[in-house]
Amino acid sequence: MTRTIWDSSVGKKTVMAVSGLIMLLYLVVHMLGNLKIFFGSGEFNHYAHWLRTIGEPFLHYEWALWIIRVVLLAAVVAHATSAYQLSRRDIKARPSKYVHKRPRASYATRTMRWGGIILGLFIVWHILDLTTGTVHPGFESGRPYQNVVDTFSTWYGNVIYIVAMLALGLHTRHGFWSAAQTLGVGSRTRDRILKTIANVLALVLTVGFISVPVGVMTGLVS
Amino acid sequence: MKLTLRVWRQKNADADGAMSTYEVDGISSDMSFLEMLDTLNEELILKGEDPVAFDHDCREGICGACSLVINGDAHGPERTTTCQLHMRSFKDGDTIDIEPWRASAFPVVKDLVVDRSAFDRIIQAGGYITAPTGTAPEAHATPVPKPDADFAFEHAECIGCGACVAACPNGAAMLFTSAKINHLNVLPQGAPERESRVLDMVAQMDDEGFGGCTLTGECATACPKGIPLMSITNMNKEWLRATRKAGKR
Ligand code: HEM
Ligand code: SF4
Ligand code: FES
Repeated sequence: MTRTIWDSSVGKKTVMAVSGLIMLLYLVVHMLGNLKIFFGSGEFNHYAHWLRTIGEPFLHYEWALWIIRVVLLAAVVAHATSAYQLSRRDIKARPSKYVHKRPRASYATRTMRWGGIILGLFIVWHILDLTTGTVHPGFESGRPYQNVVDTFSTWYGNVIYIVAMLALGLHTRHGFWSAAQTLGVGSRTRDRILKTIANVLALVLTVGFISVPVGVMTGLVS
Repeated sequence: MKLTLRVWRQKNADADGAMSTYEVDGISSDMSFLEMLDTLNEELILKGEDPVAFDHDCREGICGACSLVINGDAHGPERTTTCQLHMRSFKDGDTIDIEPWRASAFPVVKDLVVDRSAFDRIIQAGGYITAPTGTAPEAHATPVPKPDADFAFEHAECIGCGACVAACPNGAAMLFTSAKINHLNVLPQGAPERESRVLDMVAQMDDEGFGGCTLTGECATACPKGIPLMSITNMNKEWLRATRKAGKR
């Protein structure tokens, strides 16, 4: 009676953990790259151009970037689909609530679903804003430094971004540790270190990403 | 002690239920929680009313029959079974809410009694070992390393009460299922079915309509036998190992 990974709740959770970790790895690199903005427009724009030339001459111009985009899209779709299906299952398994309510679980744990939805919406907005420029008045491709400064010169640009990054911090905090349990690498002796890594990762990601809008707001980046 | 009880009353599986309020007086702090309910039921019977149905058997914390969500906590405020909970954990004049386990896989039969046969079917799917019956084998014939024996014993403590499901916001049976799998999978006696056990029991758990784990940890907090949350991590590890092996075959 063996089933495919996708047919099992434990298997689907594995898909969620692996896709989450792929996104997490990408986000660490992405955050570090963003910090180049503090070295001025020349260095930042050059970095953005270099991203398109990774792997040349073996790979054609922008191929590496497209490979990364395809992997990330697959990860987001797999993650969101399994999150949706598992959440549906969980809600169905517990339809009636207790009359006597009491406080439950930590904030990061309780906000995984709403936080995930916020992150999903943010990913869409973020691409339309800084990749395609669809929702970005005066967007100029090839001038990412100026585009970033423009985005963080609007109040809504800052609010959307900072709220999303706080959600990312909470999601990472519970998510990283959860993924370790799902993949069976957690243990009693490793629990402290895993929780510490999760907290540090969440903090570093959130602070690192938020430093860019704060830099623009304070005039450090202009 | 004088207490106000708000108890879930439901005639049968198909009827709608609701909380009903009762007053009980003359409760001693040395009574167990179930003896307190016995007192209520005696009064109800004398009045010609239907007594409150609840599950119980050993009343010494070893059989797993008793249940009850008391003031929102499975098995009440102490880390023990409802039958081993005593009225000294409450104060004179308290209002106590008493509800059945809530999960779609545990439908209410009547009042506070739920149908936990889903657990039996999970056990049937793999919670056994293949051994010839007859004369007991020589105890030292199969050596078991001490850490493995301790690990198995820790998980063998699960009494199958279902408090983990009742406490879980997803109505998941992961803690119960992991306790049963870990108990046998670590022992040499359980080795022949090590892979099929975890795959089949997890599949049965899914089929029964239990939810999945979001690592909230409510189950391990409610468990009267202290089955740790890490049991689930270990079950996931066993499941991934068995899935990899099944893929190779
Ligand atoms: C498309 C938007 C997203 C949605 C809808 C979403 C939703 C969820 C949900 C519902 C969970 C399970 C929560 C739980 O177990 O309590 C989860 C877990 C997780 N998420 Fe996300 N999330 C999204 C984006 C992200 C991103 C951008 C990352 C990368 C940082 C991420 C990393 C993780 C990790 C590592 C887990 C743990 C997996 C596990 O429990 O094994 N998620 N997500
Ligand atoms: S794991 Fe604990 S709470 Fe769950 S059935 Fe076993 S003894 Fe009861
Ligand atoms: S009645 Fe047996 S454990 Fe409570």
